[in-house]
Amino acid sequence: MTASNAATQADLQEQVRTALNESQQPLTEADVARIVTEVVRNTDVELTQLDLQVFREIDSLAKYIQAAKAEIAAIRPDEIRDDFVPSATDELDAVVAATEEATGIILDNAEKVMEAAGELEEPAQSNLIEMVTAIFEACNFQDITGQRITKVVTTLKHIDERIQALASILGEEVDQCTVPEAVEDVGTAVLDDEDLLNGPQLPNSAIDQDEIDKLLAGDD
Amino acid sequence: MSVEKSMPVLIVDDYKTMLRIIRNLLKQLGFENVEEATDGSAALRKMRERGFGLVISDWNMEPMTGLQLLREVRADGQLRDTPFIMITAESKKENVVAAKEAGVSNYIVKPFNAATLKTKLEAVLGAF
Repeated sequence: MTASNAATQADLQEQVRTALNESQQPLTEADVARIVTEVVRNTDVELTQLDLQVFREIDSLAKYIQAAKAEIAAIRPDEIRDDFVPSATDELDAVVAATEEATGIILDNAEKVMEAAGELEEPAQSNLIEMVTAIFEACNFQDITGQRITKVVTTLKHIDERIQALASILGEEVDQCTVPEAVEDVGTAVLDDEDLLNGPQLPNSAIDQDEIDKLLAGDD
Repeated sequence: MSVEKSMPVLIVDDYKTMLRIIRNLLKQLGFENVEEATDGSAALRKMRERGFGLVISDWNMEPMTGLQLLREVRADGQLRDTPFIMITAESKKENVVAAKEAGVSNYIVKPFNAATLKTKLEAVLGAF
């Protein structure tokens, strides 16, 4: 039995008891009908108020969910998955590869200097070895940088997974939601300096110096 | 007791750059008999093939980490007394405690310098 039903039953019993006390004789059919009608009417009023409150809460919740869907659609989960995260991780991998290559070249030359130092007289030899040691020490950064960037990549992937999970929970509407394009079509828009600032390109999406020279010279 | 600098030293790291740095710093300290491994399991195989006077290992490697390597070494009757220095970027207290409990001889946090390496080597092997 629900709390509402129990209250209705208690109300009905109370009104029957009161009517019996007042009349001091068995109730007539009309008395019982009047009591029941009154109790039912009161109950209806209570239920209607409760219903309204529940409806208002549900409506508020629905609006909140709609707003959340719109927000999630605005950040474009599909673009984050297909474009932003892979692009960001590629860029970061390129940073690691570039620093590793540069560090390798630094170490190659530091080792050559160390070998050459062996043929020098003191104190030049010790001085040079001290400098080379400082170079070796400084090259520690490459390992640390690589590990830090790996952590950032892991965090990016985790954020992407959470966004995809949230989009999935909120349904297909989020995937299908179209958000107005914020950027004009590059083909027709006039580009200013800021539009052209994309930073260094990844090797597979870049042209090399020879191609740039040819472009500048006007060769096809 | 003097330190025999010709003893074989095994350095373990999955970053080739770091292996080069450690090898060069060891060379400057007079340790030239240095071998390399790129993870714990490869290091363990090398250690079982021949004895090493010292192991210097990174922590974060796959498939076998430096901590797992340390535990394997300490559990192996033939290898258990090998001095073992951990060189790692893992600098949380719980990492150091875990390494200590596993029987690490010393612990160096990356980035490190030549002076720190020398100090830790002397702490493990004796002054040189």
